[in-house]
Amino acid sequence: MLEKADQIFILLRNWLVGFLPAGWQTAAGVVLGVIGIVAVFPGLFAITTVLERKGLGRIQNRLGPNRVGPFGILQPIADAIKSLTKEDIVPRDADAVVHFLAPVFLVVVVFMGFAVLPVGRNMVLVDMDASLLFYFAMGASTEVSIFMAGWSSRNKYSLLGAMRAVAQMISYEVPLLMSSVVIVMMTGSLSLVKIVEAQNQYSYGLPHWYIFTPWGFAAFVMYAIAGTAETNRSPFDLPEGESELVAGYFTEYSGFKFALFFLGEYLGMLSISGLGATLFLGGWSAPLAVLNWVPSWIWFFAKVMLSIVVFIWVRGTLPRLRQDQLMNFAWKFVLPMTLLDLVVAAVWRFMGDGLLRWFVCSAILIGVYVAAGRWGMRSKHFGPRSYRYAE
Amino acid sequence: MGFPFWILAALTVAGALAAVLLRNLVHCALALTVAFAGLALLFLNLDAQFAGFAQILVYIGAVAILVVFAILLTRSTETPKDGGVFSRTWFVGLVISAGAFAVLGWALLQSQPGLSLGPATAPAATVQQIGTALMGRYVLALEIVALLLTAALIGAVIVARHEREGTKEG
Repeated sequence: MLEKADQIFILLRNWLVGFLPAGWQTAAGVVLGVIGIVAVFPGLFAITTVLERKGLGRIQNRLGPNRVGPFGILQPIADAIKSLTKEDIVPRDADAVVHFLAPVFLVVVVFMGFAVLPVGRNMVLVDMDASLLFYFAMGASTEVSIFMAGWSSRNKYSLLGAMRAVAQMISYEVPLLMSSVVIVMMTGSLSLVKIVEAQNQYSYGLPHWYIFTPWGFAAFVMYAIAGTAETNRSPFDLPEGESELVAGYFTEYSGFKFALFFLGEYLGMLSISGLGATLFLGGWSAPLAVLNWVPSWIWFFAKVMLSIVVFIWVRGTLPRLRQDQLMNFAWKFVLPMTLLDLVVAAVWRFMGDGLLRWFVCSAILIGVYVAAGRWGMRSKHFGPRSYRYAE
Repeated sequence: MGFPFWILAALTVAGALAAVLLRNLVHCALALTVAFAGLALLFLNLDAQFAGFAQILVYIGAVAILVVFAILLTRSTETPKDGGVFSRTWFVGLVISAGAFAVLGWALLQSQPGLSLGPATAPAATVQQIGTALMGRYVLALEIVALLLTAALIGAVIVARHEREGTKEG
């Protein structure tokens, strides 16, 4: 029974495919998988928008949307109808073809990333050998669409936003890749399915997730920082900082194209959370051995939604960085730390089993972190705050 | 050479031609991106996953963006209306590129006689095999490339650094 609940979507697909002639079954199975992805993740996107607005409202001491449906939970439906019926305005001087292609390209590329994420036991659309590389290849392609959007609008704010976004995404893509390389090193595979399987073991009822090791924890922190920046989320939301650039690269978009950008951004957030859960949090495996009876896909989506909540929390808490701080942070702190983490992972690998490697690896990471912090603070000459105008 | 090959070949050639013939420089860069994507898909069509995805990651994710940045930071994107899209030295360029193509094609045809005859048994190279080969037999080449890239990185930092005497922070 529980076995069936775990594999319910696979069984459902096989049952549906069974109605077709044998020659069509493989193709129909793939199409059903695609339909599943295209239906589930935008559904999560709708939930996320209302969760975000309610959560931010709570953080900022206000109510958030509360008019459509009970407690405002039907707000996404109203939003969708609104954006579908709004006029689609293309600026007169805009490059019409590129302006049209940019949001389409973004959404297509972001959806492609979901194809390799294992959302449950046996539940992955494409199980290929180099799936992690595929994911990052797709992630890198989003930059082109953001540039297309910003450039084709013929608007200074859009172009500035696009340049900022592309510079930021290129800078943070390096630490994002580097922190995942640690996982690849320890698993010995680029296949996300194998990475999850390597973590799906238990000793004393506790899981072997990579986050529960010194190098894995450090890599996870770096991954979370780089992932937040890669999805242009606050505190790294300079490309669309409302107070400076109106809305950045999608200033000149309206109606459903704007909704597509919005969708692409939130899907990017969901997919980076999904990859983070897969790499560090054991993917679809249960957090305790005794909880293994709960269907695997529930764990995956629970982990994804948990990281979404953290994203919202961080957005409501931290102020926005400045452009130079953003770049310095990426190149002078996050990247060196990921490189150090690679070395630490190698040390861990060659020290063999035992408690000693825990102490050595943790000591290296914490020591360098503290030393870098002290050294960085020393050159800043922090003193008592002085107010130039307020006094 | 099946049907997919011809679609991808047409896409790649069309992208490359558009990159040369279009008037607007940013359009050219985007067309070049299409050609890169076509090449990546050709790799995937040959079952070379690693090469295909690396092509997308490096060429679409980095090189195309670099080209676009270079265009935007250096000159206006519109070619002047008078005169064609070709520069005055187009004939020399044509000769040089045709020569390069001829040499490459000749080398390829000479490398394995009878390559195009009969159905080739594709060697299935997994990513793991590529990794083992890079870390084993070709480790020296890998290290030399790494050294070169590190030197390039340091060089870029030095070029971008503010030239200010006496201060440590740039």
